[in-house]
Amino acid sequence: MYLTAEEEKILDGEQGETLQKSMEILVAIGKIFDADRLIPIKSAQVSGVSYQNIGDSGIEWFENLKGKVRVPSLINPAGMDLDKWKEMGIESEFARKQLKIISVFRRLGFRIECTCTPYYILTPEKGDHIAWAESSAVIYANAVIGAMTNREGGPSALAAAMVGKTPRFGMHIKEKRAPHIRVEVNRKLKDHEFPKVGYWMGKEIENKIPLINFKGKVTDINLRDFGAALASTGGQPIFHVEGVTPEWKDFHLPEESIYVEDFDVESGCSEADLVAIGCPHLSGKELRKIAQMVSQPLKKDMWIFTSRFIKNKNMDAVAKLEKMGAKVFTDTCMVVSPATRNYRCIMVNSGKAFCYLPKLASTEVIFKPLKECIQEALGNED
Amino acid sequence: MRIRGRGIVRGIAEGEVIVSESNISFLGDIDPITGKIKDKENLQYGKSITGKIFVFPEGRGSTVGSYVMYQMMKLNTAPAGIINIKTEPIIAVGAVISDIPLMDRLEKNPLKILSDGDHVRMDCYEGWLEIY
Repeated sequence: MYLTAEEEKILDGEQGETLQKSMEILVAIGKIFDADRLIPIKSAQVSGVSYQNIGDSGIEWFENLKGKVRVPSLINPAGMDLDKWKEMGIESEFARKQLKIISVFRRLGFRIECTCTPYYILTPEKGDHIAWAESSAVIYANAVIGAMTNREGGPSALAAAMVGKTPRFGMHIKEKRAPHIRVEVNRKLKDHEFPKVGYWMGKEIENKIPLINFKGKVTDINLRDFGAALASTGGQPIFHVEGVTPEWKDFHLPEESIYVEDFDVESGCSEADLVAIGCPHLSGKELRKIAQMVSQPLKKDMWIFTSRFIKNKNMDAVAKLEKMGAKVFTDTCMVVSPATRNYRCIMVNSGKAFCYLPKLASTEVIFKPLKECIQEALGNED
Repeated sequence: MRIRGRGIVRGIAEGEVIVSESNISFLGDIDPITGKIKDKENLQYGKSITGKIFVFPEGRGSTVGSYVMYQMMKLNTAPAGIINIKTEPIIAVGAVISDIPLMDRLEKNPLKILSDGDHVRMDCYEGWLEIY
């Protein structure tokens, strides 16, 4: 892999140990994936922020880091709401360690926005090279925005943030973004079917990049929910949608194609003790819509997840939801927080949560449209 | 005998070989306190990797594994060097932050040519492995 004279100097430790180690990480990853060189990035987003993912040894490593990030950088959801962790049932020892990790990120110059939807805060442009780690944000940035990022690991995204560069391979190269399979969906989907078809498709086509033909109008939220689910079960960093996403016309049509008719998903349990919404984190529009739908006091626990940035801009909706008994949490999510383990059966409208909750929190999950999730929390039969 | 390989993480290491035929997740498969293999499915169960040249096909599992390697370095239980058939980012990142020389893509399959107790020297600057 080619390095400039300046990059070589960083590698030799001339700019301190943190940058040296960061450069060593970028070079090691670059070698593994046969990158030819490093390229500058516009922003970074670092995952593996939860104490659960770092442990005490990780904290020790983090605390030794020095310096400042060279590009605007955000972080992924942590293990708890940074203010309201007690309401989530998080123990104080966990909270203390989580806050320690966050304080290191703050010292390194990260914006303390722990969110899986960084694109609502730091929106990249088409063609921008970025180094993001959250899988649902990566697939959204590549597919819907046309920015270029690999699925970074936590440490590699952190190294990229400190150096301001990332190794050039994979999604940073136009031809690697080409679709492998064409997928035709036979009918117009309702909003709540997008995460379901994403969940199904990832299992069906595994990690092949799809070029999808959806019938009818498709919104950015549809694509977000579809992509989050697809990236969970399939692992793709990108997809294309005919007539919709920015790069769909740039490649040859793939030879392989499939036709989708049936994509039903079986729920794991029947009686929910928690309704959890906001995987990925809600947009402002969704938060306001849900506040309207929650018209009376809730009978069941309902947790709603969004970013601090979106919450602060929509305090009226948040106040109404909390008055009705819902909890609006920020900085964390149902998938990464150990708090969801206190429930047995969780109702979600997210394909991603449906995929990960049983694996990471050992809970069972019911997959329902948003409207039914809210009805469930309201205690309405219908 | 000297064979060529690709240095992923810089450094020179020398020591006794221990070979695991299974892929390794440092989180779960290795006890960082004792430096011993604690995965019961592993044929090398109970053996120590501390100070040795640890040879295994590739990394697997949780990304926390990188930090477990760091913890081992702090506790002086880390291996002296690592050789993989083809390495992956969890092991590579762990090796970087723990100063463990790491090599992969050897000319010959390291699991076939190396056995427990062999004495080797790996040079990850120049990319070769010497088997004594």
